[in-house]
Amino acid sequence: MTTTITIKNLTKRFGDVVAVDKVSLTIDPGSFLTLLGPSGCGKTTLLRCISGLEDPDGGEIFIGDRLVYSHAKGISVPPGQRELGLVFQNYALWPHMTVYKNMTFALEIKKLPKVELESRVKEALAEVQMTGYEDRYPREMSGGQQQRIALARMLAYRPKVFLMDEPLSNLDARLRMDMRAELKHLHHVAGATTVYVTHDQVEALTMSTKIAVMKDGVLQQVDTPDRVYHFPANLFVADFIGNPKVNLLEGVISGPNLVNLGGFDVPVGTCGMTGEVVLAVRPEDISISINRDPSAIEFNAYSVLPAGADSTIIAQRGEVEITVRVMGISKIKIGEPIWLKFDPETMNLYDKGSGNLVASRPQ
Amino acid sequence: MAVTAISQQPFLEKLLAASRRFYRWVSSPHVILALIMLAVMVYMVLIPLYRMLMTTITFQESDLRYARDAEVGKFTLFHWIRMLSSQISKIMTYEPLVHSITISLGATFLSFTIGGAMAWMVVRTDMPGRRMINLLATVPYIMPSWTIAMAWTVMFKNRTTGGTPGVFEFLVGQAPPDWLAYGPVPIIFSSALHYYTFFFLFVTAALMSIDSSLEEAGELMGANRWRILRKITFPLVIPALMSGFIMTFSKTMGTFGGPNVLGVPVRYYTLSTMLRSNTGIGNYGDGFVLAIMLILFAMTTIFLNQKVVGTRKSYETIGGRGFMAQKTKLRNWRGFLTGLVIAFQILVAVLPLALLIWSTLMLRTGNYSLSNLSLAHWIGESVETINNGEPGVLRNPAVYRGAWNSIKLALNTAFFTAVLGVVLGYAIVKGRGTRLSKILEQIAFVPYVIPGIAFGAVYISMFTRPVGPIPALYGTFALLVVVSVAKHIPYSARTGVASMLQVGRELEEAAIVSGASPWQRFRRIIFPLTSAGFVSGFLLTFITTMRELSLIILLVTPTTAVLASMTMRYIENGNEQQANAVILVLITLVLIGNFVIGRFRGGSLKKGLGM
Repeated sequence: MTTTITIKNLTKRFGDVVAVDKVSLTIDPGSFLTLLGPSGCGKTTLLRCISGLEDPDGGEIFIGDRLVYSHAKGISVPPGQRELGLVFQNYALWPHMTVYKNMTFALEIKKLPKVELESRVKEALAEVQMTGYEDRYPREMSGGQQQRIALARMLAYRPKVFLMDEPLSNLDARLRMDMRAELKHLHHVAGATTVYVTHDQVEALTMSTKIAVMKDGVLQQVDTPDRVYHFPANLFVADFIGNPKVNLLEGVISGPNLVNLGGFDVPVGTCGMTGEVVLAVRPEDISISINRDPSAIEFNAYSVLPAGADSTIIAQRGEVEITVRVMGISKIKIGEPIWLKFDPETMNLYDKGSGNLVASRPQ
Repeated sequence: MAVTAISQQPFLEKLLAASRRFYRWVSSPHVILALIMLAVMVYMVLIPLYRMLMTTITFQESDLRYARDAEVGKFTLFHWIRMLSSQISKIMTYEPLVHSITISLGATFLSFTIGGAMAWMVVRTDMPGRRMINLLATVPYIMPSWTIAMAWTVMFKNRTTGGTPGVFEFLVGQAPPDWLAYGPVPIIFSSALHYYTFFFLFVTAALMSIDSSLEEAGELMGANRWRILRKITFPLVIPALMSGFIMTFSKTMGTFGGPNVLGVPVRYYTLSTMLRSNTGIGNYGDGFVLAIMLILFAMTTIFLNQKVVGTRKSYETIGGRGFMAQKTKLRNWRGFLTGLVIAFQILVAVLPLALLIWSTLMLRTGNYSLSNLSLAHWIGESVETINNGEPGVLRNPAVYRGAWNSIKLALNTAFFTAVLGVVLGYAIVKGRGTRLSKILEQIAFVPYVIPGIAFGAVYISMFTRPVGPIPALYGTFALLVVVSVAKHIPYSARTGVASMLQVGRELEEAAIVSGASPWQRFRRIIFPLTSAGFVSGFLLTFITTMRELSLIILLVTPTTAVLASMTMRYIENGNEQQANAVILVLITLVLIGNFVIGRFRGGSLKKGLGM
């Protein structure tokens, strides 16, 4: 399945609120694009516009070579004719129908022969490891099982494009992790262009070929997970991605390749910028030592939070508070002096006013 | 392909795009349904109201008797002046108005006291037998509202209106005083004994919805029982109680049955009975002025109710979390009070029926000897001297026709109410936020505001002439169905919207994405899921329609008569025992229907009442 999705200047308003603001996006064939952002950023609205369930107020949408929406021409192809599949957050399985009936609803409308129906159902159920559940009703199954059936329903339909609206949000944490792996595997096998909506950045990072970060209806950055993580385009993206959160430290450029963070200087590439900046450094990119180190900066251990595989340490110096992540269970005690070392090759610099990236770490 | 900026598009292209968009909007199923529903409701609700208003401000044919220079159809304030500030206003308008208010206040207070006290005892004390008490409480409510009024006559009638001695006179030897036999006192009592159930269920729900942790917090801070009651419990419950009070007042203002049986014989008129007198002789202009007064009253009470409760249109109680407040121990009083409550309920439920049955077993009224016992009124053949020659009730083709009409009407109403509800629910919910949807919801609310008898009056003016392609319906059975369904529209809409919201939009969207056409979606997804919400309501609609009187009394004819209206006709003709027999038949049918339908889908009266 090689279907490109092209979105041009798409706008959608709800009353006075602009939910999607002139968004342009090209989704490569066979890729897994995640629309990521906080509640209200417009990601679900955008997905629904692609599906045709929502009528936009401007722009165009192409699925493959086919124009499915154009405001200027007043064209909007009904959702049922766009050949796409949609998996809902609440599964949307019809409660009065069996699994078999749920999965063959769309196929019966297409008037496919019974033999075909049966083989597709069998195949799809096997793909989600739910063989034998044909005669069950949704209420007889757990949340995780229902979600798999919802997935199978889409697979049996064999659409050109997979659309998924926060499908894992209603599942518990453990189940979510298992399902992520399965979804990724399914995508790999089916190869269909997939658009996935989530507010969970870990999900986005683990599953996508590309992530489109949105805020207030506007695209902030469209990039691979690696680049979104290491080279966030602005402060919003830097803050949104990463767990534990990235350290955003306000400071002033105090010299060539030096930033003053409130009493101490940190070496970082400044690319000739001046003025007020925000330094972004990830907790795992800071090294920590309990031994006095003249090339490092002294902090105080405000809080130590060991968590099995790694530990989080909150370091404090004056007004500045930094989160550091170390491997293993830390032996640092609360109140102890610690020495933090920053590596200029891991830090990004942002303009304080606009929030945009002005000097990035080496590519 | 570059996107042309909208402003640069040639006009023709813009027009084409706009017309495509419009076509898409207008052909979406919920818009089509909404437009159809709008037309239906304008026809069923707004046009009748308009016509009624017009009737009061134009000359009618009947006015030619009174006003010399009257010209039919000409604008005039004649009716309003006549009813509000002429010599006959006192008898026509103001006395009935005062009577209506008196009765409503009295009945509401009384049923509030009885129902409230019972609710308190059941919920807040350790009185046993709660299930039995709850069950017995619903019985009087199932019976038609004037059943107790009719039984009252059997018991307490005196010679004021001629006729034979009642049971009281027979037992005690002396005729009961006038104030006990007819007029406001009997009407108030019989109303209260019918409506106390409503208050009982209402106050029970209110008391049980109180979050017990609120009271416990008070207790922990050292407040004693009385203080908690006064300062915490009461203020929490009062809005719900006031709401119940206001709604009961509104209901009783419009009732027709009781005042007709116990008031009219001594010329004690209420707005409802006076309205009927007028329309009965064709004085539509005058009568409708009274109807409008009733409507204004109802609107005021609903407005007050909304102020008290908030923007909810029904009597919903305060949401509370768990309940398990401490119960007052009755100790020595336990046996006595429990016995009192149950005895009272049995009295109210059973005694009227017993009296009615007894009266139908007497060949001639007033003769209480055993030799007078006979089944003539039930299975007797037609005899000149008995009941004007009409055969016994179970042999009477008119009664069978009436019974069949009642059942037909109830089933039709319940069915169409459900269908209308499903469609309205879909149209309103799918279009949530649009003007069309809001307008629909608001119009759907209107029949709620109009008391039954006024609504019936509204329909008289409507259906004597054809409306567009629809023929005049006066005198037909279809008219009764239309008016019943119209009166139930608020209920339809409310239930339909709730059902549809529960189903949720995603289930339909999943079908849309699967390529289903609107009809396929409706048939296979929406209808099966939303109609489930109406199955339990079917029972309630059935019962309320079976015993409905005020709504249809002005619209029935001998061929379309239903059992409820037949009881009135028999009373007015002096065939007391036949009337009693017919109401017993009606009650039996209602009980059977309750049993059958209830078994079929487990709907309960309590649930249907919205508690």
